[in-house]
Amino acid sequence: MTIFDTMLPILFLALAAMIMLMSGVFSRRDHSFAITGAAIVLFAITARLMFAAPDGTIFHGLFITNDFTRFADLLVLMGAAGALSLSVAFNQRTGITRFEYPVLIVFAVIGMVVLISAGDLLTLYLGFELMSLALYVLAAFARYNLRSSEAGLKYFILGALSSGILLYGISLVYGFSGTTEFTGIARAFTGSASASLGSTIGIVFVLVGLGFKISAAPFHMWTPDVYEGAPSSVTAFFATAPKVAVFALLLRVMLGPFAPLFAQWQDLVQILAAASMIIGALGAIGQSNIKRLMAYSSIGHMGYALMGLAAGSLIGVRATLIYLAIYVVMSLGTFGCIIAMSRKGRPVERIADLAGMASEDGRYALVLAIMMWSMAGIPPLSGFFGKFYVFAAAIDAHLNVLAVIGIITSVIAAFYYLRVIKVMYFDAGSPGFDKRTAGINLVIGVSAIATVLFVFYPSPLSTVSSLAAHALFPSQGF
Amino acid sequence: MSFPILSLMIWLPLIGAALMFIPQGSDAASARNARWIALWTSLIVLILAAITLVDFNPGIHGFQFTETAAWIPQFHIAYRLGLDGISLFFVALSALLTPIAILASWRETRRVRDYMAAFLLLETMTIGMFSALDFLMFYIFFEAVLIPMYLIIGVWGGERRIHAAIKFFIFTLAGSLPMLLALVWMWHHAGTTDMITLMHTPIPPHIQDWLFIAFLASFGVKAAVWPLHTWLPDAYGEAPLPGTIMLAAVLSKMGAYGFLRFSLPMLPQASAYFAPLMFALGIMGVIYISFAALAQTDMKRMIAYSSVAHMGLIIVGIFTFTVIGIEGALFQMVSHGLVIAALFLCVGILLARGHSLRLDQLGGLATRMPVFAAFLMFFVMANVGLPGTSGFVGEILVMIGAIQINFWVAFLTGTGMILSVMYMLVMVRRVLFDHARSIANAVMSDLSAKEWLMLAPLAILVLGLGFIPSGLTTAFHTAVTDLVHAHVAAMSPLSHLAMAKP
Repeated sequence: MTIFDTMLPILFLALAAMIMLMSGVFSRRDHSFAITGAAIVLFAITARLMFAAPDGTIFHGLFITNDFTRFADLLVLMGAAGALSLSVAFNQRTGITRFEYPVLIVFAVIGMVVLISAGDLLTLYLGFELMSLALYVLAAFARYNLRSSEAGLKYFILGALSSGILLYGISLVYGFSGTTEFTGIARAFTGSASASLGSTIGIVFVLVGLGFKISAAPFHMWTPDVYEGAPSSVTAFFATAPKVAVFALLLRVMLGPFAPLFAQWQDLVQILAAASMIIGALGAIGQSNIKRLMAYSSIGHMGYALMGLAAGSLIGVRATLIYLAIYVVMSLGTFGCIIAMSRKGRPVERIADLAGMASEDGRYALVLAIMMWSMAGIPPLSGFFGKFYVFAAAIDAHLNVLAVIGIITSVIAAFYYLRVIKVMYFDAGSPGFDKRTAGINLVIGVSAIATVLFVFYPSPLSTVSSLAAHALFPSQGF
Repeated sequence: MSFPILSLMIWLPLIGAALMFIPQGSDAASARNARWIALWTSLIVLILAAITLVDFNPGIHGFQFTETAAWIPQFHIAYRLGLDGISLFFVALSALLTPIAILASWRETRRVRDYMAAFLLLETMTIGMFSALDFLMFYIFFEAVLIPMYLIIGVWGGERRIHAAIKFFIFTLAGSLPMLLALVWMWHHAGTTDMITLMHTPIPPHIQDWLFIAFLASFGVKAAVWPLHTWLPDAYGEAPLPGTIMLAAVLSKMGAYGFLRFSLPMLPQASAYFAPLMFALGIMGVIYISFAALAQTDMKRMIAYSSVAHMGLIIVGIFTFTVIGIEGALFQMVSHGLVIAALFLCVGILLARGHSLRLDQLGGLATRMPVFAAFLMFFVMANVGLPGTSGFVGEILVMIGAIQINFWVAFLTGTGMILSVMYMLVMVRRVLFDHARSIANAVMSDLSAKEWLMLAPLAILVLGLGFIPSGLTTAFHTAVTDLVHAHVAAMSPLSHLAMAKP
């Protein structure tokens, strides 16, 4: 029965997704609201089932469950549930309420869970494509909107390209190691005295393919356009769950099967990290659209998180996991605020539209200011701790240059985060936004409280992420 | 475990600030409540600070009122608080000046609740920073000051407030982030962020140099050491007066305190190596800034520059590594905190009566506001170090310390002090004497009871410390002597050998 027990959460999700889809298709009335609610409940139940599912490797290594995958799964579920709660009001306002929306998100989440638990390059690709296809459709979800369609198309074409590169990398790795199973690849690479050129190229291609999805520079080109073009509710989802899932997989692949060739790819990851931090910081300066700003901000954040991977150590993985967890909460809060930006039912996206927010709606301004400060890494907010841990991992691994680049880009990034606060607090104006819905209030309230109070109780997250990181390094005792 | 008085002092203002945000009907009611909550909270903290002053035992080596609690046990980071002779007076200074700043802003009408909350938040941060004994806690408090200060300057500041607020924030952040790297490195090296452990963890000299530069960047910007001071005139000039008082009197001390708490004990070799540079920066500060002050046309900016010049003197005192020099620097820090706060209060008094602060539009106030004139004159004299005021004691001690090290250091610092007399007297002449200029719209009433209440305690303290300096020096003598002894021990050739061994 262990196979069933281990598979239970994902079986449950898949079955429920089918039922949701069928009920949507065969019902005459519009049930999108009920289905969205059901999806959120579904995620909660799945999270509970994940705790119950035993550790194990099933189907001859195709699917793996341990503390690491559980941690990443929970983050993904949290991000997806948060994004769904934010979506209801926005989709209604912009007239894109359809029952497919929550169903697609559930399918994407299934793909992510498969991706996170992949123990074989084939499962990896399967999960990757299941997730990606759902995301392409979501990006173009406002199908009568030109920008949304453009975003969907752009994302699809570039995504297909990156999938191709990923697949090519997988085939190279398979060709040079003789297996697609993670443990087998690790064994094959450990045996060889030096890496063959083919396997190195294979690893680079896999890294590129995955780097595209987490929008690490220089594979970030799609991010600003897709973030801007896609409906805000979709962007909120893009910024959280898929990033975490692909990042978790990246950690597992690079430090699992590809770990023996660490020396080969460490420099590459360092370059990705540095480039992401720099482009994230510089690209955002000139932006006047808040969604584009957040796109560059997310590129920068991925750069910081990559620092932990570049360290390649247990401390590094732990730092990255903490960073991702904090990032998800901050992103949900920020996008909650962005989704709340609407006037007479029409969404507004310019930063200048926020002028005078502090005197009109102090609470909203405070929440967004907290998020911006936290993203800039100003203590005592949670974003600071994320940066603190990744810098510690970088210094621990003697990546001093990377750490210094991180410091410099933090200062540059602080400038544009401050600009948002400046517009809200110092500039005069009257935004006159619509009344916020309960769902948005809940999400931004919870994430603001979590961001502010994290400083008083930081140890649970570090304990949990330690557990998760140790699952990735079984040889190192807890 | 004893009574957690430090925790109480740190978190009480935060609780006060949170209380203000309980909805309370009309805006007027919430503004009134916010004022009174802020005042009472800060007064209670002041009483607690007075208790620590009384209970403090100057004979004990090490820290008193210590508190420890688990925080992030996996990483050996804990909630650690404590006071020694060095930090004791800074906590007291913060506790004293916050209620004064709140009183000084009693007439503020724009978004009073947010304003008062920001000041209480600032008090939490400053007291927390001065009493933190864990490096990470120190860093968090040190850096978190930016948030309330940014808002105070940006929302309630003068005409060019936005420029000043952003400049202040970015400058300070750019300075502090290198310290974050230093913090991370030291944590990695020692395995803990406990400051007492870090003080006794030897660090290889070539690393010390890098760490020293990182500390110099952050503390130097906060203390406005020349040439890292350029944010200061803008921030001081544009901040609302109570904000300027906190900036000049308390926040600038954070940097100097950082040098004393981190650079000297943790990086002894690098501190000695960089001492000539620090002397040069300090002296440049004193002399160059004094000339810059002479050229100012605005009273507030002139006092701001005078504040930078005095920070130069303090830096010189710290890096003499002599007991007397460091005690002088500490004394000067406390005294400067009191005097500069009083001078800015005087500026605020003029401002409240509708005066312009331009020096060419002021004048002749001595005959119309005699009590104010007397106070201003007194504090100006204290600022330039007239014997009998606290300013004199600090300056003379620093001089004595400096002359033991190098004649020219003492000589040039002394020259700077003479320059300070020059520009302060120019200011006094323009403001108080001369003939009265265009003051058509200004009210000419002398000090009100509230203004008396703010200025008189400061005057008494300045005078008291001037006549009985031992009240202060005995309290920090043990701490400073320990600091200097540890430094001498670390610099002795024997410890070099010990460090050379792996």
